[in-house]
Amino acid sequence: MSADARTSILKPMSVAGNPDAPVDTRPSKFRRPHVTVRGLTKRFDDRTIYEKFDLDLPRGQFVSIFGPNGCGKSTLMNMIAGLIPVDEGQILFDGQTIDEIRFGYVFQNYRDALFPWISAWDNIAYPLRFMKVPKAERNRRVDALVKKFDVRINLKQYPYQMSGGQQQLVSILRALVVDPEILFLDEPFSALDYEMTLFMRDQMQRMFQETGTTTIIVSHDLDEAVYLADRILLLSRAPAKVVDFPIVDVPRPRNALTLADPEFNRVKGHCLEIFQQQVRK
Amino acid sequence: MKSKTLDRLRPFIGVVILIGIWQAIVTLKIVDPVLLPSPGKTFSAVYTGLFEQGRLAFDFGKTVERACMGIALATVIGVPVGVILGASENVYRSVEFIIDFFRSTPASAVFPLFLLLFGVGEITKVYISAFGASLAIIFNVAYGVMNARKTRVLAAKIMGAPPLQRMLVVLLESLPQTFIGLRMGATLALVLMITSEMLLGAIDGLGLRIFEEQQLFNMPGMYAAIFCSGLLGYTLNLFFFITERRFVHWAGR
Repeated sequence: MSADARTSILKPMSVAGNPDAPVDTRPSKFRRPHVTVRGLTKRFDDRTIYEKFDLDLPRGQFVSIFGPNGCGKSTLMNMIAGLIPVDEGQILFDGQTIDEIRFGYVFQNYRDALFPWISAWDNIAYPLRFMKVPKAERNRRVDALVKKFDVRINLKQYPYQMSGGQQQLVSILRALVVDPEILFLDEPFSALDYEMTLFMRDQMQRMFQETGTTTIIVSHDLDEAVYLADRILLLSRAPAKVVDFPIVDVPRPRNALTLADPEFNRVKGHCLEIFQQQVRK
Repeated sequence: MKSKTLDRLRPFIGVVILIGIWQAIVTLKIVDPVLLPSPGKTFSAVYTGLFEQGRLAFDFGKTVERACMGIALATVIGVPVGVILGASENVYRSVEFIIDFFRSTPASAVFPLFLLLFGVGEITKVYISAFGASLAIIFNVAYGVMNARKTRVLAAKIMGAPPLQRMLVVLLESLPQTFIGLRMGATLALVLMITSEMLLGAIDGLGLRIFEEQQLFNMPGMYAAIFCSGLLGYTLNLFFFITERRFVHWAGR
């Protein structure tokens, strides 16, 4: 192992939120990736979505997956999360399979993902039941999480008594309560109204900054994809290839002013250009 | 404050109007008073029959007893069968036609068959109402299980829920539809019970009481028995409604 590679293991990845941290511009092969995808192949009937697809996802970063409709953005994330089986290939998290790690998944449709028969609080605590966490400890953990993110919702309510945004917030807390090594978000805000979407983006950013959990989001909204991400995975039409994987070098916490930031707009413009190239193909 | 009192009384307005019209018809002798006794006479027949003398209370009790047996039997059979059929869409599809066919067959059409199979005893009536009710229950439970939201089961799975816990998610998902089936089944069971008491040589029951009072031309007694069967049906519905609201609070939300 070269000295260079070793220091990169010992030194944490640069976090865009810390302006003092140098932006890691080294080629990705020198970094220690969190997720490695090798030789991934996936077909639906006769259509090949992925063919010998390789990908490394960096640790502790927020990655947005973006690309033309039907290119398999969600499919890729769901295969990584183990929700959809792969035809061929291997997906590892630090050398472990998805079954061996703790992960969180937030569905697009919060209405169908939460359990309406138990309170929001019990929904958040639900995954801890299967980790053999005693009841008192479960409550303590939910309490800590709620305090950490300053959640001001009456969690004794049932999910159907809450607004869409509140329900999705509960979903996100449920994904975070297991202290996941990686977090998957499937268009989490697309069912919310605009005002709530903006609010939830900032909540999400805050949670990411607090926890530093490797996070993958599928988004149809380029503004959102760039606003939240450290890097944007731009996919081509199926069979999907990585067209580019640009870094969003905009400091956190990002806010409304970020939308006018030249670097933000440069990256967004670049992504849009690639996106349009792919759509026209 | 005043409008609140009015809101609370609103459901009774229709009742008062109906009884008023009824009384008016009797007073004005629009209908032969032999065929339509006054509300006063009718309700006093209900009171006498239930609390003083006559067989109304006994027959009422018998019908309640048998109807409840029928509903219980239908539930015990219908819910597990519905769950098993609903668990696999392929299994359900292969028996769907049979269930739909018998569900669509007027259950009274199988009276003679049940008489042949089980004789004229009172248990036959229980079987008949259980038969009709169980089909409604099976159908609804199976659909409830089949339509259990895949996302919710998937969510449970990725949060590490073992198979039994996932099954529990499916069952809870199907509960609202199960209750629809139970309510439909209970109503049907009562209809079949009253009908079979009228037609299948019963020795007691509300159906028999209605039939006998009509034969004897004892109109207040007949209306009293009809009123009691209505009361029974309404109470059954109310029971399921309250139970559902209590235990399946998320239904329809």
